[in-house]
Amino acid sequence: MLTVSVYRYNPETDAEPYMQDYQVDTKGKDVMVLDVLEMLKAEDNSLVYRRSCREGVCGSDGMNIAGKNGLACITPLSEVVKNNKLVIRPLPGLPVIRDLVIDMTQFYAQYEKIKPYLINDTPAPAIERLQSPEERAKLDGLYECILCACCSTACPSFWWNPDKFIGPSGLLQAYRFLADSRDTATEQRLAELDDPFSVFRCHGIMNCVQVCPKGLNPTRAIGHIRNMLLRSAA
Amino acid sequence: MVTSVTSFGRSGLSDWLLQRITAVIMTAYLVFVVVYFAANDVDYASWLALNQCLPMKMFSLLTVLSIAIHSWIGMWGVLTDYVTVRLMGAKATALRMLFQLGMIAVSLLYVVWAIDILWGI
Ligand code: SF4
Ligand code: SF4
Ligand code: FES
Repeated sequence: MLTVSVYRYNPETDAEPYMQDYQVDTKGKDVMVLDVLEMLKAEDNSLVYRRSCREGVCGSDGMNIAGKNGLACITPLSEVVKNNKLVIRPLPGLPVIRDLVIDMTQFYAQYEKIKPYLINDTPAPAIERLQSPEERAKLDGLYECILCACCSTACPSFWWNPDKFIGPSGLLQAYRFLADSRDTATEQRLAELDDPFSVFRCHGIMNCVQVCPKGLNPTRAIGHIRNMLLRSAA
Repeated sequence: MVTSVTSFGRSGLSDWLLQRITAVIMTAYLVFVVVYFAANDVDYASWLALNQCLPMKMFSLLTVLSIAIHSWIGMWGVLTDYVTVRLMGAKATALRMLFQLGMIAVSLLYVVWAIDILWGI
């Protein structure tokens, strides 16, 4: 029997959050954390969490599993269970709506700020804007982000200033558009980032790199942005 | 673009760069002084002679300025992380201004005091 301790909070009935323990029989199988949550849900219908694709693609089931942010659907029990016990909490740093569901408004507001779309004022070609394989290769390690928020909610700088610091996820995306050969708004994008908060609140703590379930490296992207700012100012 | 009046420079880049430059200057000064004491048999006369020459005065002043700038930028960062309306409510702004202005005043006083000492030697 596995003991699963889950963060519970229903603002309509609970004065404050509490941890609830469940006993689960996984029949000795090394299933994913999401499978365990589904078992709990079958028993206790009041438990609430987000999930959709159950294969690490949609980014909706980011949560804090045994103290580390990750996607429940691709985190096997063998990686996180210690002494037959598993602790599951919502992603830290953002308001909890209910149980494991957090309010991601601030996270998306930061994403919106970096204008996550191609800007190009030159006349559109008849068919499409072409990129060389080398230009396309620059987007590798950037475009794969699924906006799960595991990184930003693991970042202390984002915890303290989620309204001012863009956070690792948004900055990875900012660089994805700065690095795109089809985007012509580089100068405007850089000008928007050159204040003491948006980029420079990153202190290179690298929690973001440690938790990203897609193996991406926001800290490196932030370094690239800083170098671009340096070059454009020098 | 997030604006802020109490940061040292106007741009995040200049603060970031200054933080690194001032760190290098402070390190250089520290290394110089330690090596100077280790390599020489320092007595009052030689210590006085060293501090009386203009390049040394400038190096010392540069280091004091670096400390002032470095701590301004660093403390500003710490205060805007922890003494904020998000964490403490409305009173945080007044409290943070008090800390910041106090810190800025102390830094400036130290700089003036250092000039007074250095050029009094
Ligand atoms: S960078 Fe990684 S952890 Fe951050 S939102 Fe994207 S996929 Fe999630
Ligand atoms: S490296 Fe920067 S963005 Fe990543 S967790 Fe640390 S402070 Fe946050
Ligand atoms: S359910 Fe889609 S990423 Fe986990």
